Amino acid sequence: MGRVVVDVMPKPEILDPQGKAVANALPRLGFTQFSSVRQGKRFELEVDGPVTEEILAAAREAGEKVLSNPVIEDVVAVYEEQA
Amino acid sequence: MRIGVVTFPGTLDDRDAARAVRLAGGEAVALWHADADLKGVDAVVLPGGFSYGDYLRAGAISRFAPVTQAIVDAAHGGLPVLGICNGFQVLTEAHLLPGSMIKNEHLSFICREQELRVENASTAWTSEYAHGELITIPLKNQDGQYVADERTLDELEGEGRVVFRYTGWNPNGSRRDIAGVCNERGNVVGLMPHPEHAVEPGFGPDGAKGRRSGTDGLKFFTSVLASLVS
Repeated sequence: MGRVVVDVMPKPEILDPQGKAVANALPRLGFTQFSSVRQGKRFELEVDGPVTEEILAAAREAGEKVLSNPVIEDVVAVYEEQA
Repeated sequence: MRIGVVTFPGTLDDRDAARAVRLAGGEAVALWHADADLKGVDAVVLPGGFSYGDYLRAGAISRFAPVTQAIVDAAHGGLPVLGICNGFQVLTEAHLLPGSMIKNEHLSFICREQELRVENASTAWTSEYAHGELITIPLKNQDGQYVADERTLDELEGEGRVVFRYTGWNPNGSRRDIAGVCNERGNVVGLMPHPEHAVEPGFGPDGAKGRRSGTDGLKFFTSVLASLVS
């Protein structure tokens, strides 16, 4: 069984309210090292067989068409994850 | 005139939308998400709620529902379509309207009576309003911050496609105070606030005639009925 990971992030120019809320909370817990936080999404797509080039291409297409909305998000990575 | 009101799993405001259609003098026709048949309706309302749980993104899954595919085709042919709140989000995900909605700037769910300015009174859903008219209707959402790139925003402004703007206070951080937009033809309109909750004296926002007297949303529905007759 193979697994493809698709990482989706809010576009750099889009304000990320969730990331901002997390960034504001970190110093309260003593984490003062981090100047900003952006929050994205990770999708794990599993297939029964091995991860082929075709599977990766399909995952990229699904990333662009369904898993992300190109108005507000970018697909930043599509890769096979070794089990 | 028959106005379709769509129900997705998780839709909340379909009954209010159907009631608004009837109060305006139309016949409300229930449309089911899994059914591609639009039952010959003359216009369609996509009501608010949390369709398919709003998993992935608000409105993202609904875009692929059979009824949505049928509505997209019909909208390209000129069918009047109104998307309210989650319905607006569905219309942006379906590429019938530009831009998208992200979480409110202040991260809180908001529920208030919101004043809007009518910026375009020549769409299928706003023709009974006056240009610049101020109306008050309820606003209630979590993901209501309208965003689009600067070029798209300039295009919308230049073509008169900003249909409603928040006045007094921008409740969610929307770009350029935009509360609602339309497509090029003006038959597809989407907005975050809820006209269907301000159509009947006794149940609307506070208005000039007293508490709960506001019926500023009713003209959405009388507008589309008038546009279908003309």
